[in-house]
Amino acid sequence: MGGLQKKKFERGSATNYITRNKARKKLQLSLPDFRRLCILKGIYPHEPKHKKKVNKGSTAPRTFYLLKDIRFLLHEPIVGKFRDYKVFVRKLRKAYGKSEWTSVERLRENKPTYKLDHIIKERYPTFIDALRDIDDALCMCFLFSTFARTGKCHVQTIQLCRRLTVEWMNYIITSRALRKVFLSIKGIYYQVEVMGQLITWLVPYQFAHDHPTDVDYRVMATFTELYTTLLGFVNFRLYHSLNLVYPPKLDGKAEAELKEEDEEGYAMNSESYSEKLSALGGSLARVVSAGEEEEAEVDQFPVEGEDMEKMEAREKEQKELEAQKRLFEGLKVFLNREVPRESLAFILRCFGAEVSWDKSVCIGSTFDVTDETITHQIVDRPNAEKQYINRYYIQPQWVYDCVNAKILLPVQDYFLGVTLPPHLSPFVEEKEGDYIPPEKLKIMALKRGEKSEEEEEEEEEGEGEEEEEDEDEDAEEDEDEEEEDVAEEMNLKKMEKQRSQGKSLSVKVTPGKVKAENPARLEQEEKAEEKRLAIMMMKKKEKYLYDKIMFGKKRKIREANKLAAKRKAHDDAEKVAKKKKAKKQ
Amino acid sequence: GGGGGGGGRGEEGGEEDLSDSEDSVFSGLEDSGSDSEEEEEEEGGGGGGGREEFCEVLCAVQDIRNTVGNVPMEWYRDFPHLGYDLDGRKIYKPIRSQDELDHFLDKMENPDYWRTVHDKQTGSDITLSEEQVALVRRLQSGRFGDVDFNEYQPTVEYFSRDVMLHPVTNRPADKRSFIPSLIEKEKVSKLVHAIKMGWIKPRRVEDDSRGRYYDLWASEDSSILARHKMHLPAPKIPLPGHQESYNPPPEFLFNEEERALWEQQDAADRKLPFVPRKFSSLRSVPAFPRFVHERFERCLDLYLCPRQRKMRVNVDPEDLIPKLPKPRDLQPFPTTQSLVYRGHSGLIRSISVSPTGQWLASGSDDGSVRFWEVCSSRCLKTVQVGGAVRSVTWNPNTAVCLLAVALDSRVLLLSPSLADRQVVSASELLLSDKEGAEPVQGAESLVTWSEAEGEELNEGIRLKIQHPKAVHQVAWHAKGDYLASVMPDHSSHLQVLIHQVSRRRSQNPFRRNKGLVQRVSFHPLRPYFFVATQRSVRIYNLLKQEMTKKLQANAKWISSMAVHPGGDHVICGSYDCRLSWFDLDLSTKPYRMLRHHKKAVRGVAYHRFYPLFASASDDGSVIVCHGTVYNDLLQNPLIVPVKVLRGHAVSQDLGVLDVTFHPSQPWVFSSGADATIRLYT
Repeated sequence: MGGLQKKKFERGSATNYITRNKARKKLQLSLPDFRRLCILKGIYPHEPKHKKKVNKGSTAPRTFYLLKDIRFLLHEPIVGKFRDYKVFVRKLRKAYGKSEWTSVERLRENKPTYKLDHIIKERYPTFIDALRDIDDALCMCFLFSTFARTGKCHVQTIQLCRRLTVEWMNYIITSRALRKVFLSIKGIYYQVEVMGQLITWLVPYQFAHDHPTDVDYRVMATFTELYTTLLGFVNFRLYHSLNLVYPPKLDGKAEAELKEEDEEGYAMNSESYSEKLSALGGSLARVVSAGEEEEAEVDQFPVEGEDMEKMEAREKEQKELEAQKRLFEGLKVFLNREVPRESLAFILRCFGAEVSWDKSVCIGSTFDVTDETITHQIVDRPNAEKQYINRYYIQPQWVYDCVNAKILLPVQDYFLGVTLPPHLSPFVEEKEGDYIPPEKLKIMALKRGEKSEEEEEEEEEGEGEEEEEDEDEDAEEDEDEEEEDVAEEMNLKKMEKQRSQGKSLSVKVTPGKVKAENPARLEQEEKAEEKRLAIMMMKKKEKYLYDKIMFGKKRKIREANKLAAKRKAHDDAEKVAKKKKAKKQ
Repeated sequence: GGGGGGGGRGEEGGEEDLSDSEDSVFSGLEDSGSDSEEEEEEEGGGGGGGREEFCEVLCAVQDIRNTVGNVPMEWYRDFPHLGYDLDGRKIYKPIRSQDELDHFLDKMENPDYWRTVHDKQTGSDITLSEEQVALVRRLQSGRFGDVDFNEYQPTVEYFSRDVMLHPVTNRPADKRSFIPSLIEKEKVSKLVHAIKMGWIKPRRVEDDSRGRYYDLWASEDSSILARHKMHLPAPKIPLPGHQESYNPPPEFLFNEEERALWEQQDAADRKLPFVPRKFSSLRSVPAFPRFVHERFERCLDLYLCPRQRKMRVNVDPEDLIPKLPKPRDLQPFPTTQSLVYRGHSGLIRSISVSPTGQWLASGSDDGSVRFWEVCSSRCLKTVQVGGAVRSVTWNPNTAVCLLAVALDSRVLLLSPSLADRQVVSASELLLSDKEGAEPVQGAESLVTWSEAEGEELNEGIRLKIQHPKAVHQVAWHAKGDYLASVMPDHSSHLQVLIHQVSRRRSQNPFRRNKGLVQRVSFHPLRPYFFVATQRSVRIYNLLKQEMTKKLQANAKWISSMAVHPGGDHVICGSYDCRLSWFDLDLSTKPYRMLRHHKKAVRGVAYHRFYPLFASASDDGSVIVCHGTVYNDLLQNPLIVPVKVLRGHAVSQDLGVLDVTFHPSQPWVFSSGADATIRLYT
């Protein structure tokens, strides 16, 4: 009867969302500007729960932003800067067209700029928030710092990225925060722990990029603009948390050591200084000189029962961590020319080793190849011409594997010309039932202090074969039993068949066999049947979910089995090849 | 005229000093020409401009110079004179004596003819001297007229880099260089105005705060905006597994088929976005070609990908399994197959157990009805009825021993005499009771009752009820006097008939066709009648003669129906594998749908005492369920599957066709398409 008719889509979720085009019109921005704003302010589309309701009944694919987000963008000061820039470009074009060079110059001088500090502060209200989100920033800055100084983006951006990444690496070295490294086919992954946050980033191998044509570098540049600002502020804060001078300065001692070296190679003093910093060789200057600040002992509080165990576990972990931080302490490592210097220097310094390299590779080498105190030399070539007796010549993978295993692995697997053991990802944490590669098992055994399995294997190879035979026999016995069962069943079936065909059986009473019943097995079967029946009674929805979960579990098991089978086939093939070789000899 | 000549000369004032020799040359020329007459030349000549100039030069030098000046000589054509000399006397034209012949002769004879020119002003012929000819030649070849003129004289520079004592020009500075420029003033005032108005900004002070960092989080205000609460952080990039290593364990590398599969798959479907590779050493690892791509895609994901909060289901699958009472606690129920009844040669469509529980009757497609002793599985009796038997049913009354058999369009009543003499005679009596009475033929006279005779009588067949159509099912009333038969037909209202055996009467209870009738059943206690059509079950009150309820089975095609001995519950099996349990007090919708079978459900049955029901299906299995019904209306029935019984072989996609319980024991019989009947205890 009375009342106004309610109109559709005027309340509820339809009013909470806005399409991209409408948002753009509301903000009066062009698409590139809107994109830039979204990137800088961290505004992303939302997937509504009921798409059809939001889309006013239509099912056309659209991206939706939250209306609140767009309203929030309305009073962003940077939007005004975008407009200024647009006007600037227009004026400049006009002046060019009229060949008014003085006004071009004047306009150029007054080019509008903007700062992103307030956006950073707004997006990351606390420092921990910023650290949580810094993975992408690091990946991007490391990528940009490897770009050539020509072409794709401004040289200043590249230089800034390089400076910030070097600062970051120097901080990691000083705080010894590196936890895991991984040599992948894409590049090198590093994982660090800063203020309790695990941060992972990827650095490409040092090669020139062939820039793809289907990548929009403007988008990447906008991201980099934001990320460099973020990383700069984070670096500042991190340096100050360690009482380091920011922008970083080399320690007085280190500087003095480096001073005498040839500097005529560099045009400017500042340039050589930044190069020295990026060589990651020397320690950094502190505001308060080192040694004064000692880490305070953590007070122990008496706790009870379960907490006690937890505490102990935590303490143990802490101890392990401390040990890992000192992993390479006391080593003196020389890097050959062909190994990735920056990565290795970074990792080795992170765990306390002394590193040097050939003078021709980079500035800042501290000792020479001829130094007799060198303990390890990292080489990545088939053979070294001149070898010193008192040092190990090892391949670079040793360093990475040691970091991941948290112990110094035996060096003989990594000597020159030796086939390297597989390099495993430290990021995989196997759960119950997952496939664990045998190499990982070996390392785990090594960590527990057991003898490496391989040696044992070699010792017990003869025994092992015998055992295998025994196992075979056992298996055969089992099979025999099974066969008997099968035969019996067959007999019964046959009789039944005959009877069903109406043939008169020769009635004969044979002494029956006592059928031994395994009570445990019976019980198990009963349980299984019970479960089967219960599954039959499941509701449709739950059944679907249950089936899905079980399918996933089964797939996982299947995959693990497949990997194990592949490995076994590979090992067998290798064994056969080995034997053949032995026979030939 | 004379003035003009003077002007002409003035131009050549610069050459005055050189002209002495020239004068002599020209005078010589004049001498030679003075004696020749020029009258006629003037007549014929068109008067070329070049020639006139030449004359002018001559005039300037000659004594008898013509003073007419530079005028066309045509003007003097009609006069006897040519002009005037310096003294004002007329210069007469020479007498015209020469004609063409003279000219020719002159040309032939005179060796100087080629250098003789005619002077129009004086009218005389002039012979050029050697020098003059040479001059002409020089001019023709574009050289200077004077032989001695040096055209390559060294240049004298007026301006040099050396600072001179005196200025080159002595021009005084302009006035305008001493007073302020008006145009400039105008421009400046414009700029001043623009600056005042703020149109032009003064040069910006270089702001070097960009790229300068400070402690941004110095004052950490913990005021978390609502936005931060709503914020959905982008998921991090998944960490790499062993496959991504530059030197992975061998099992993670692709073999040929995996690689082929990877290449075949669409980029979005691939499990790994790259092919694992193995390198023997770190130095041989190349750059990853899609590195920039991947980073770019991550950027796109960050700002373009719609985000949604999704709850991860983290359930232990064991928790999803419903907690049911253990089957062991619900005993007794049939668990094992104990007897197989063999003898039929066709598929057995229907079985029925006598109300005493001693005998089992079965009807098969081989055209026979067999009677078995339940305990020994012996076939006691075989009755050939001559047609595929669709349905057999024992009379539920224990006082009589009768069996109704449906085949083709007949319903037979058999008295198998498998009981006490007393019972047998009672049943005989029931059938022969109305022998005397005239059987009232149905009003429609569709059904004919007839007595069996001869051989058939010996076999036990007592009555034959001939129907108009094929009968699919017969059902007894609990008292054993009434018998319902079903003749499924789409187009007729004559689908169900109810017969009264004692009075040999038949009637058609329904006037209207409400769908294809599949099954009928009497209520065990009250005067209700259940009719299962294709999609629903209707319940009729026989006393009031109206429909009381219509149960929606939610199935496509009901195949079978059974009524609980209490009468408040009904189960329906359907060809789409479902079994629906109706609680009549609860709703007209199924209380529970059971999808236990994989194939069509063919038969369902309730036990008379025990809380058991069974369903038989084409997948060859019989599923026995526990179904407790509580007296208290608030409690829902408890349904628990307790046993899956297998044994029947599936032939021609048909498995178990009928199932029935023993009237007093927890035993279940099933008959199948493999021509056997099986007893499970």
